[in-house]
Amino acid sequence: MKVAITSTGNSPESKLDSRFGRCSYFVVYDTESQSTEFIPNPNKENVEGAGPAAVQLVASRAVKKVISGEFGAKVKSIFDSLQIQLVVLNDTEKKISEVIDLLNHKN
Amino acid sequence: MPRPKRIRRMTNPPHFKGFRPIGLPEEDHPVLLNYEEYESIRLSDFEFHGQLEAAQLMGVSRPTFARIYESARRKIAQALVLGKAIVFEGGKVYFDSEWYLCNSCGCYFNHPAKEEEIKNCALCGSEEIEQYNNDSEPKTSEDTCICPQCGLEKTHTPGIPCKKEVCVQCNCQMIRKGSPHNYRKRNNNCKI
Repeated sequence: MKVAITSTGNSPESKLDSRFGRCSYFVVYDTESQSTEFIPNPNKENVEGAGPAAVQLVASRAVKKVISGEFGAKVKSIFDSLQIQLVVLNDTEKKISEVIDLLNHKN
Repeated sequence: MPRPKRIRRMTNPPHFKGFRPIGLPEEDHPVLLNYEEYESIRLSDFEFHGQLEAAQLMGVSRPTFARIYESARRKIAQALVLGKAIVFEGGKVYFDSEWYLCNSCGCYFNHPAKEEEIKNCALCGSEEIEQYNNDSEPKTSEDTCICPQCGLEKTHTPGIPCKKEVCVQCNCQMIRKGSPHNYRKRNNNCKI
């Protein structure tokens, strides 16, 4: 299963980004192959519609779960209809590697 | 022009489209049961919520909930008595998934696949999860009258509409606290 995590930088040591639509990078983590992929967010500077554009980006990678600090109002209903699970993590001091460690406890 | 309908919240949409009577040829005019009416039946008669509670869950006022529920019952009765099909269709609703809180890692997560029961946290896999309800604290303003002019509050007397109450300080018509008309400060009864 693929999981998208919003990140402030492009290394596993960077911190979780608290915003979904305007985060710097998306980390797509595959729980089966344990691989990570860093995708720069092209919609970061958008005046409007950064959230829905970001949804399209992560949905195109067949992600089943999205972890971020916050989700906007437009985004939630789209994720609901796409059957993608949202995880809101308020602890923005967490590093990407720590989030991935947390995810791995499950398997 | 009437005020537009407030959009109703719905947590569990039905996963089928409706009902058909047995032993009758298919008819062209089924009873159209709105999603909000379905939800009102589900909240009242399946989950046994009180009207006030159910109204808050749907994000409408208690009287509006009663109207939706009554309309739902009448439609169902019509279908049962006349042998009509019921089709779930339309209604001013939005679908809200249920949110859970994990006590182990402190994250919130929702659950889009409603058919499966959820046991573990989506992030850390811990079993210490609980359902998280945004408006879990009950509205304390439900039974208070407030003066829109000076803000004087008075415990609501059942049976007497708030607008019949008069503020003792500024002789103003009072309104129900927390009602959307709270902003309406201009009032002919005010002597100021």
